[in-house]
Amino acid sequence: MKKFKYSEITSEKIYNKRRSFIRSMGYGLGTIALSSVPLINAKANNSNKPTSYKDITTYNNYYEFGTGKGDPHRRAKNFTTRPWSVKIEGEVEKSLELPIEEILAIKSEERILKLRCVEGWSMVIPWLGFSLSELLNKVQIKSTAKFVEFETVYNPEEMVGQRYPTLNWPYIEGLRIDEAMHPLTTVVTGLYGKPLPNQNGAPLRIFIPWKYGFKSAKSIVKIRLTKNMPNTAWKNASPREYGFYSNVNPEVDHPRWSQATERVIGESILAPRIKTLMFNGYGDEVAYLYKGMDLKKNY
Amino acid sequence: MKNYFKPTVFLLSLWPIYIITYQIFYNKLGPEPVDRIINHFGEWTLIFVLLTLSMTPLKKITNSVEWIKFRRMLGLFAFFYASIHMLSYVGLDYRFDFEPLINDVLKKKFIFIGFSAWLLLIPLAITSSDKMVRILKKNWKKLHRLVYIISIFGVLHFIWLSKTIFFKPLIFLIILIILLLFRINFRKFNLS
Repeated sequence: MKKFKYSEITSEKIYNKRRSFIRSMGYGLGTIALSSVPLINAKANNSNKPTSYKDITTYNNYYEFGTGKGDPHRRAKNFTTRPWSVKIEGEVEKSLELPIEEILAIKSEERILKLRCVEGWSMVIPWLGFSLSELLNKVQIKSTAKFVEFETVYNPEEMVGQRYPTLNWPYIEGLRIDEAMHPLTTVVTGLYGKPLPNQNGAPLRIFIPWKYGFKSAKSIVKIRLTKNMPNTAWKNASPREYGFYSNVNPEVDHPRWSQATERVIGESILAPRIKTLMFNGYGDEVAYLYKGMDLKKNY
Repeated sequence: MKNYFKPTVFLLSLWPIYIITYQIFYNKLGPEPVDRIINHFGEWTLIFVLLTLSMTPLKKITNSVEWIKFRRMLGLFAFFYASIHMLSYVGLDYRFDFEPLINDVLKKKFIFIGFSAWLLLIPLAITSSDKMVRILKKNWKKLHRLVYIISIFGVLHFIWLSKTIFFKPLIFLIILIILLLFRINFRKFNLS
């Protein structure tokens, strides 16, 4: 798979065509029982066709706004994203607080990257963003820094999900420093050529395409360089099920479900699951980071 | 009991079918249609299992035996929706590809327990008729106590497949515990 394509995004027209096609199949189905008839096992296609804007912005895991997939879209409408600033601190010579305007002024490019959720579904998203290393290079990182920790804003007034102990708030995620400096690790500022919608992590999130989606923290207020491995949110909630690395890996199952295949968001009920690829298809770019590591142990 | 009660409950119990039919025909299944169908019928199965378990407590609370007349129908609906749930998983999600399916049933505890619950529902559905009640006599009651195990399996199935217990699995668990506590309390009542 190519690193990122600067191709044109799906036009609304193609998107609509696809929808009507799915609908027409729906009519043909009639009953659910009928649709259970064995179907030709269509070839698993790992296409790079972007998921529709609608699906990307209405089907989200963002527990700060609730555990339902539709909750973030409904509840993040009036989320306050200005004023906003991001602190870079910890193992740095001099910590830095950047106003969001200054970060958004960094030149963004379109990066069409695949998102694979730990739950077993995937999307292809035309993000706008730039490499995290560009941001981290604004500070002098000490040689003692081994990890990078991301902290999501804590705002239970507006983030209703934070009023319940679903996870330990605020949400913490993290990367090893070499992972964080990898050019594919992206600071996301928008999608489909538009500013980042609130439900997708506005005003600023990161995106790591070769790791399960939950590694990509949203609405970031702090980036901390640390000596020790961060105590990340999902690892904290269930260490046996969610490891620090959480690289997409079809050979290492989640203890409770398989990770060998995935469902492509936006496909019809007749579409088959597709095979999940090692490192979500970005192995050529990132496999060297884990050379010599037992990925079954370091899940 | 008014003689239109039962047909009314029957038509109301078809609600999950109306919903999904509407969503299929108007393309409202959302971004993950297969998941939506499976989850829809899974949740409704649990709702009907819990409704079935509510009839005896309602009888005791309201001092009216009328409730028991709906129990069989609700139980059969639970089996009906459990079967659609299972079939859509096998057919839509796995397209009758039995190798990974068997692998999942044996290796993944949430699938194992869910499948077990469905298997246990079969004898209850088969023996639901008046005739079977007469044939089995006292054993009928014993056999149908399986529903307690089925309900626990069903709720565990939901908890284990969810990333977090918040909130739906937790709500089902709480209601189940309340309904099961009713049984314990009332039995003690009878003994004293």
